Amino acid sequence: MGQTIAEKIFAAHLRDEPFPGTKVLDLDRVLCHEITTPVAIADLEWRGKDRVFDRTKIKAVIDHVTPAKDSKTALQAKMLRDWARRHEIVDFFDVGRNGVCHALFPEKGYIRPGFTVIMGDSHTCTHGAFGAFAAGVGTTDLEVGILKGVCAFREPKTIRINLNGTLPDGVYAKDAILYVIGQIGVNGATDRVIEFRGQVVDAMSMESRMTLCNMAIEAGGTSGICLPDQVTVDYLWPFIEGDFASKAAALEDFRKWHSDPDAGYEKVLDFDLSNLEPQVTYGFKPDCVKPVGEMAGTRLDQIYIGSCTNGRIEDLRVCAEILKGRRIADSVRGIVSPATPAIFQQAMDEGIMNIFMQSGFCVTNPTCGACLGMSTGVLAEGEACASTTNRNFNGRMGKGGMVHLMSPATAAASAVTGVITDARALLKESAA
Amino acid sequence: MKKSFGGAALLLDRSDINTDEIIPAKYLTEVTKEALTPYILEDLKLEGFDPKGEKLKNARVVISRENFGCGSSREHAPWVFEVNDIHTIIAESYARIFRQNMFNCGMLAIELPKEDIDRLFALGQKGELEVAVDVEGQRLTASAGDEQQSFAFDVAEFDKALVRAGGWVEFADARY
Repeated sequence: MGQTIAEKIFAAHLRDEPFPGTKVLDLDRVLCHEITTPVAIADLEWRGKDRVFDRTKIKAVIDHVTPAKDSKTALQAKMLRDWARRHEIVDFFDVGRNGVCHALFPEKGYIRPGFTVIMGDSHTCTHGAFGAFAAGVGTTDLEVGILKGVCAFREPKTIRINLNGTLPDGVYAKDAILYVIGQIGVNGATDRVIEFRGQVVDAMSMESRMTLCNMAIEAGGTSGICLPDQVTVDYLWPFIEGDFASKAAALEDFRKWHSDPDAGYEKVLDFDLSNLEPQVTYGFKPDCVKPVGEMAGTRLDQIYIGSCTNGRIEDLRVCAEILKGRRIADSVRGIVSPATPAIFQQAMDEGIMNIFMQSGFCVTNPTCGACLGMSTGVLAEGEACASTTNRNFNGRMGKGGMVHLMSPATAAASAVTGVITDARALLKESAA
Repeated sequence: MKKSFGGAALLLDRSDINTDEIIPAKYLTEVTKEALTPYILEDLKLEGFDPKGEKLKNARVVISRENFGCGSSREHAPWVFEVNDIHTIIAESYARIFRQNMFNCGMLAIELPKEDIDRLFALGQKGELEVAVDVEGQRLTASAGDEQQSFAFDVAEFDKALVRAGGWVEFADARY
């Protein structure tokens, strides 16, 4: 039997199998942020092992609460900063240079097909978009990753999800993944890698594939993964052109990771997305999903556009298309956080930030921000937010607050009307 | 064996208890495990549950349903149990990261089939539930009132090795 992409990556990185089924893998990337790394740093110091396995393979960023909002978060940032300097971790991103980790690191070309990537953050699965095995882990796994450059996994089975057909206009990767999670449930892919295949994925940009893989964890997935192809080569070309004679050569190399035609999957699911409607969550789990039509008219207090799920330039462009020449409803407040400085700059150059400001949005620096209620944009009890983030757990954006997950387009349209709104009507008007 | 397992059990009769409920994100600004202690299960949405109540205070074991610990990778979730002297969790299933984090800390995330979890919940109706755990023998004994029931459980060899070593750092440091 052939191998899946995940199995090929495991085989290529296998350091040890201390017990049957437990695979200890060599790591290509150990990614760090200021929330989950400090306890690992302190523990390594306490053990007298304040060292790192490879200062070029470790990348670090302050992103969850930035700039620091109080002494505690200032200390967390300082612990990460001091550690990065102490160990000469060159790729450390401090305030002003920093962005949301799962947008920043791909943008810098750090993720390659066939890589093993861990981070102390559940949305690390985002990087599977590049054909890497990328998994979120806890602080202790991160600590061992930092010290030894290894991580242990039970080799996960793969669920292949074929996204077939063509996404209709006004329907995006976020709608696709919300729909899938609604179908398989928050426990539908636990201990599994989700391999996203099909025409819809083939047609997706890298940013859309990142949105897709970002939410694999919300179905319990160990990771999400896409096969690397021409789109991957084109995205990474500025970073890899020195390594290959041509783009064709790079593509040939990337293809070696592809799942074999006779690879074994635990299950294969087919979804035809040709008639998919925009999707919106209700309730407190990401699998509580309905078509926008059934949620239309739900009153809102806040709209949040940003995050590792949907804070990239393509997301901001779609919003700008809808917001151009329009003002957001008086009854709501809008907050936008472009995910990295480069995205912010590009959005400025394209006039997108002007559109946001003129429509009445509050613009913030790149940060995880309101996504997890740790800094700015917290909801009051009884408030509701239309959000491009990835989790709607009870209290996540603020105690007693309700989060409705949706695509950037749906969020922007909802900002204009003040209630959950199907963006397609506004997109049609804008195009006319 | 570095930790003690077993004791008075708290039953949380709900599936998909997530890490934001176990320890809200606003407390992730702490840099020590001890600082998390007062906030355990603060946001848990469960009829009749009181995060400041005696049952939680006295608990040394938590028993729950499917997909326990889903959501974030935050190891703060196992830590908040650890600093509240709860080193044993028994559930029908776990989110991957939460389960691995438990064993990485040298704690137990025991999985039992639905029928056994149902029997534990039923037993818990009969009085204060106490659970004794034999890690090497892979057996747990639950008693309430004068009734006692015994359950066999499976723990992966690797996870047992982590519990014996006291955690993943200890194991990895010795081996790699």
